[in-house]
Amino acid sequence: MKYAYYPGCSAESSASAYDATSQMVAAALGLELEEIKDWNCCGATEYFSIDSLPAYALVARNLALAGRQGTSEVIAPCSACYVNLKKVDERMGDYPQLNSDVNEALAAGNLSYTPGSVRARHLLDVICNEVGCDAVSEKVVRPLAGLTLVPYYGCYIGRPEGGFDDVENPQTLDRLLKGLGATVPDYSLKSSCCGGHMTQIGTEVALGILRGLIDLAAKLGADAMVVACPMCQLNLDVYQNQLNSHFGTTYRMPIVYFTQMMALALGMEAAELKFEEGLVPAGPMLEKWQAAEASPQPRKKKSKKALPMPEPLDGGDSG
Amino acid sequence: MTLNPNSVYGRIISELHGGEKLRSCLQCGMCGGSCPSGPDMDHTPRKLFAMIAAGQDDEVLRSNTFWYCVSCYLCTVRCPQEIPITDIMYHLKHQAIQAGLYTTDAVDFSETFIGHVENYGRAFEFGLATQFYLAHHPLGGLKMGPMALAMLSRGRLNLRPTRIKAVRQLRNILNKAKEIGARG
Repeated sequence: MKYAYYPGCSAESSASAYDATSQMVAAALGLELEEIKDWNCCGATEYFSIDSLPAYALVARNLALAGRQGTSEVIAPCSACYVNLKKVDERMGDYPQLNSDVNEALAAGNLSYTPGSVRARHLLDVICNEVGCDAVSEKVVRPLAGLTLVPYYGCYIGRPEGGFDDVENPQTLDRLLKGLGATVPDYSLKSSCCGGHMTQIGTEVALGILRGLIDLAAKLGADAMVVACPMCQLNLDVYQNQLNSHFGTTYRMPIVYFTQMMALALGMEAAELKFEEGLVPAGPMLEKWQAAEASPQPRKKKSKKALPMPEPLDGGDSG
Repeated sequence: MTLNPNSVYGRIISELHGGEKLRSCLQCGMCGGSCPSGPDMDHTPRKLFAMIAAGQDDEVLRSNTFWYCVSCYLCTVRCPQEIPITDIMYHLKHQAIQAGLYTTDAVDFSETFIGHVENYGRAFEFGLATQFYLAHHPLGGLKMGPMALAMLSRGRLNLRPTRIKAVRQLRNILNKAKEIGARG
């Protein structure tokens, strides 16, 4: 299926690794992405707080352009872009006055948008629920065996309500990473906030939040935290040094995008996946993986004396 | 009781989509207890809603509560009365700016961000960081130097903004939206 693609502003700078690997993975899975021509910023979390109608109109321009390109679904890899596109589409459908106001504004640019005509999808959603985690798993040529990966969803995968996963205990990324062969611990802070823009306007608040997230991942033995949002990546990675000097800690937790880990498992070369863009080096994690790949752990033989292990009801994920 | 339409409470109810649900607040405290920056707020959302209902508008609009909101929506999805709390926080920012009662430089951060969007059609991370820190935290900005260099050396920071082609069209749309928003 053909999708409109909305890279978002961070794709051009701080999250170029996410943009590049999103496109590589999509191509490998046969997803056809067509970038929205001349798209504009989604306003992030800033515009709605200052002036709401222009914020709606700003996002609606992107939806209108996507519709004009003949697509009915738009993929955003950035969680904040995704949630803004989705929110504007749904609110315009729910509130007729808002719909008419936004369309009156769009008309000043010779555009129009019918609510419901372009559905916003997060890249993670399309990969797991359209392509399917099982189908992805079947394409794995170099499993991520030997790596413990903590799935960190951040806020917008499940929130606000009505998204593609649970509001507090999402599972999509867990399933995906297990399918890639990694060990995935139960990470109870998976949908906690990364602090968003607080790293800019209230650094101490943000550093406290970030410390809690990284600390739990480290305690679970994570080789890396896997994210699906450029803001989460930026806060956890770029501020990790500052966090260490602020609290006297020594975390060295690589923060990688799920698309980078997917690309690895699908057989693409690590050198082409922009891991070096992370401020915290991903090298040790990659070396551990390569070492585990070179000398795979033999499966433990079952003791003949042991009782048979009952199968769990849900089919289980003992891998 | 009739509500003063110009009060903070009245404006939330009349101007914000879903704002009328604030009337059903139970004061249960789920919002404040769920908030990642709750401990750093001078009033939790629950307390702020009680103050709004009590008409303490000045104190409400001077609060740091909504400026410390990280837009994570955890309060919103947990609220047993389905009050759109995150959206109310946005609306309170809007009201505080209009009343000139804010005590935070978060406003400049947002306005600098929006300025780039309106001028270029895209966000401009490097410009945002430099303009904001030079204006508000020149010493803090020095601390950010090594971080910026590290990002620059990894190709994660563009020194110049990208401008969309149809920036005039975008401005026409935004100006029209502002005009419609102002007529209320």
